[in-house]
Amino acid sequence: MGHLDVNVILRNLPYLWEGLQLSFLLAAIAIAGGIFFGLIMALLRMSSIRPVAWIALGYVNFFRSVPLILVIFWIYFLVPLLLGHATGPFLSAVVAFTMFETAYYCEIIRAGVQSTPKGQISAGVASGMTWLQAMRHIVMPQAFRKMRPILLTQSIILFQDTSLVYVVTLRDFMTSVSTVASQELRMVELYLFAGAAYFAICFAGSRLINRLDGGFRR
Amino acid sequence: MIEIRDVSKWYGSFQVLKSCSVSVARGEVVVVCGPSGSGKSTLIKGVNGLEPCDEGEIVVDGLNVGVKADLRVLRTRVGMVFQNFELYPHLNVLDNICLAPMVVLKRKREEAEARARTLLGRVGLTDHALKFPAQLSGGQQQRVAIARSLAMDPVVMLFDEPTSALDPEMIKEVLDVMSDLARDGMTMIVVTHEMGFARRVADRIIFMDAGEIVEVRPPEAFFTAPESERARAFLSKILEH
Amino acid sequence: MSAYNWNWAVIVSEPYVGWLLDGLAVTVMLALSSWAIALVLGTVIGLARTLPSAPLRWLATGYVELFRNIPVLVQMFLWFFVLPELLPREAGHWLKRDLPHPEFFSAMVCLGLYTASRVAEQVRSGITSVPPGLAAAARASGLSLAQTYRYVLVPLGFRIIVPPLTSEFLGIFKNTSIALTIGVMEITASSRQIESYTFQGYEAFAAATALYLLLALLLLFLTRRIEARTRIPGWIARSNT
Repeated sequence: MGHLDVNVILRNLPYLWEGLQLSFLLAAIAIAGGIFFGLIMALLRMSSIRPVAWIALGYVNFFRSVPLILVIFWIYFLVPLLLGHATGPFLSAVVAFTMFETAYYCEIIRAGVQSTPKGQISAGVASGMTWLQAMRHIVMPQAFRKMRPILLTQSIILFQDTSLVYVVTLRDFMTSVSTVASQELRMVELYLFAGAAYFAICFAGSRLINRLDGGFRR
Repeated sequence: MIEIRDVSKWYGSFQVLKSCSVSVARGEVVVVCGPSGSGKSTLIKGVNGLEPCDEGEIVVDGLNVGVKADLRVLRTRVGMVFQNFELYPHLNVLDNICLAPMVVLKRKREEAEARARTLLGRVGLTDHALKFPAQLSGGQQQRVAIARSLAMDPVVMLFDEPTSALDPEMIKEVLDVMSDLARDGMTMIVVTHEMGFARRVADRIIFMDAGEIVEVRPPEAFFTAPESERARAFLSKILEH
Repeated sequence: MSAYNWNWAVIVSEPYVGWLLDGLAVTVMLALSSWAIALVLGTVIGLARTLPSAPLRWLATGYVELFRNIPVLVQMFLWFFVLPELLPREAGHWLKRDLPHPEFFSAMVCLGLYTASRVAEQVRSGITSVPPGLAAAARASGLSLAQTYRYVLVPLGFRIIVPPLTSEFLGIFKNTSIALTIGVMEITASSRQIESYTFQGYEAFAAATALYLLLALLLLFLTRRIEARTRIPGWIARSNT
């Protein structure tokens, strides 16, 4: 091989930056959506109405058994059929990631809630609260403190997973990198750069989580 | 048999042991007592090197704890019984007892098992050889732990609060086994709050406070007429109720 | 969009059913071979993270941080596209031209090394959740550090992490799908190929989904068996994770 050509990266930096912004946007929407629906799913999963709990359990187990790539393909093909017209890959990626991550966030939230002693709910109910009120004001604040680091770690994994939209050529960071790599015929530089960039972001993110978590615990 | 000379130890800037010196003769039973945090456990864990000391030296049966080559040999000759038993949960009673003899002393399985069964008889647990630790009561577990230590044919036995984690009704069965051992001439250092046991079985009492050895005296003298104010305060607290 | 013409017959007719079964075989082979790498390497690295030696710990921590902070897809490209270019000429050529199925072996190494970093984390958490008193008891009875690992820490630590390890095992099956990006014809790639030949996308994806669910079910069954076989009577394993 020849020398590493750093210029190829500098030249294409604006283009790559756009891709990275899309990766961040997709991750942010999927994290927000995943936690929101994951919370709802967790409540359904813990419901005392058996069929409801079973449906939620089925949803979670289904999405934890199949690969994310397959879900991305599914939704990419399904969404146009359901909407009746073609859409860009962005919307289908958002739907796929939200549905997929809902299952994972659900399990994290459920574990957090169930690690809170049962007596806490009883205490709330005994003082006249409804089950939902006791959940909202007593259990959830405690549970969220416990699961915060795991939620954040899962979010870093999610950010890494957004690279998989490469398979439906949504122009995120990874797709941009690969586009430049094949246009400029510089795979070595580009993929090494991609590895370094993802590493820098995710490593910094996990350090930050550790710092925050240490701070909270003190 | 055991020589503890000018031993000091620090955790960071906090001094847990302050130049402690004491010697224990062969066949002697010594009870170490004192308020919690006084350094009792740290002192006896120094004897087999689980808590290495920073200054001074400890010699057991001619072996220096501070010398790495000596330490391995020393640990095969010094048995230790812990507050929380520390039986290996994945091994049954027999295998718990046989592990160290087979792995460290390279004894054959039949030989190790025969010895283990004899020892189980001695601590009154012949029928429990194939049970797992979690299937036994606390008192039974501690007796197994004693048998496990004896399987190495130790010349010294260390007991670190052996009855503190037990329900009251199980304390006696463990103390009885320990009394038998003492009667058979085992050299023992026992950290305990069981003052009745100390009075009956101990040859000498070591009283510690704030990392120092304050008094070393025969039990009668210690309990009836403690010399130091600190020992008097300690005794009045634990004997009051 | 116009009405979709369902045709379920497609996925059970030749050659498409053959493609799916070949895909299944590739997925299983890839998952099992990378799991072998992950389990061995992950165990070594995970144990290294618990050792007293600081340089070994740092090295192992560095490995884990490196591999878990880069997306698997990027790692896949680095192994497949970049590594042959960085190697000396002959070695690179061999990888690209002479090695049969270079994409399969790249994916195997990639998934093996990536999953090793995840297995290492589980192993470390398993070892550190063994109560420290057990290791102290083993050392006190003369076991060396290596023997303490061999007979106490590893058997217990691995029992604690059976559930998370089996979920990593399922994870490696799912991650094999990422290998389609470098041309490995596993289950998902096969279903896409059927889609592009027949335009029966839903049937093809449904078949792939069914295969993954079947695999997950099989692994669940296997997990139950392993958990039942490694259960210690009366002992409740507690994991930190």
